[in-house]
Amino acid sequence: MSKALDLITRVRGVRGAMLVSADDGLVVAEQLMEGIKGGAVAALAASLAGKLRRAMDAAGTGTSVFWHLQAEQGALLVVPSGNAEGGILVVAVAEPDVNIGLVRLELLRAAEALV
Amino acid sequence: MSSQTRAVESWTLQPLTDFVRESSVRLVLVLTPAGQVLAQSGFARAVDVMSAAALAAAIVATTGELARQLTQPPFAALSHQGPKHGFFLATFMTDRGTLAVLAVYDLDVSSLGLVQLFYEQLAAELKAASPKGAVQKQVLAADFERELTDSLNTLFGR
Repeated sequence: MSKALDLITRVRGVRGAMLVSADDGLVVAEQLMEGIKGGAVAALAASLAGKLRRAMDAAGTGTSVFWHLQAEQGALLVVPSGNAEGGILVVAVAEPDVNIGLVRLELLRAAEALV
Repeated sequence: MSSQTRAVESWTLQPLTDFVRESSVRLVLVLTPAGQVLAQSGFARAVDVMSAAALAAAIVATTGELARQLTQPPFAALSHQGPKHGFFLATFMTDRGTLAVLAVYDLDVSSLGLVQLFYEQLAAELKAASPKGAVQKQVLAADFERELTDSLNTLFGR
């Protein structure tokens, strides 16, 4: 798990990476810079993932593979691993100008390693 | 402020209202370990408050005794998750004495992570708002029923 997180946090502009239980929003593993509230990010990511999953089910678009929430002072990037309901979310917290494509690639690799 | 959130002790109302709004919990009780209810949200019937408070107080007492037998400090929180709902029970110290919070949430709407996150905020706000220098009154069996009835009357506006 820590190796998977290592690869994500090595990307320039990534401030932390976490594995989050999609079901209950709790942190499974984390590598975060000081000042990032892991519990809050995990709860937010799981809550959004749950709502997104239900909305996408209703819209008939299938499950999400990657999502990116851009905020003024940072970005949240998430890849659901395995079965989104009851599975693990691979989460990166990054600076606003991070290379999204590179982070996405590492998140997908980490998610694949978890399955 | 939600019309479903009522408090016996008014200093608990705002923190509880914020907690309910932010964590999207379905039911909440703020009570003493003796089962005296200080505030509630989401309950429609007094009888449900009575049974939930009695059961929560029993769980606090049971886990407290288990911890004592294991020579551990009392457990901070207890969580139980079923297929559709979860409940979270935790105790914390205030100037009003030890208080317990029982929260019930729908898994479709909230999560343990969210409830834990906003519970920490609730506990901090209740600690800050609790009456300073309050003398902790011992609960006597003779007064308990009267106090319970008064609390329920306040909570359900009777």
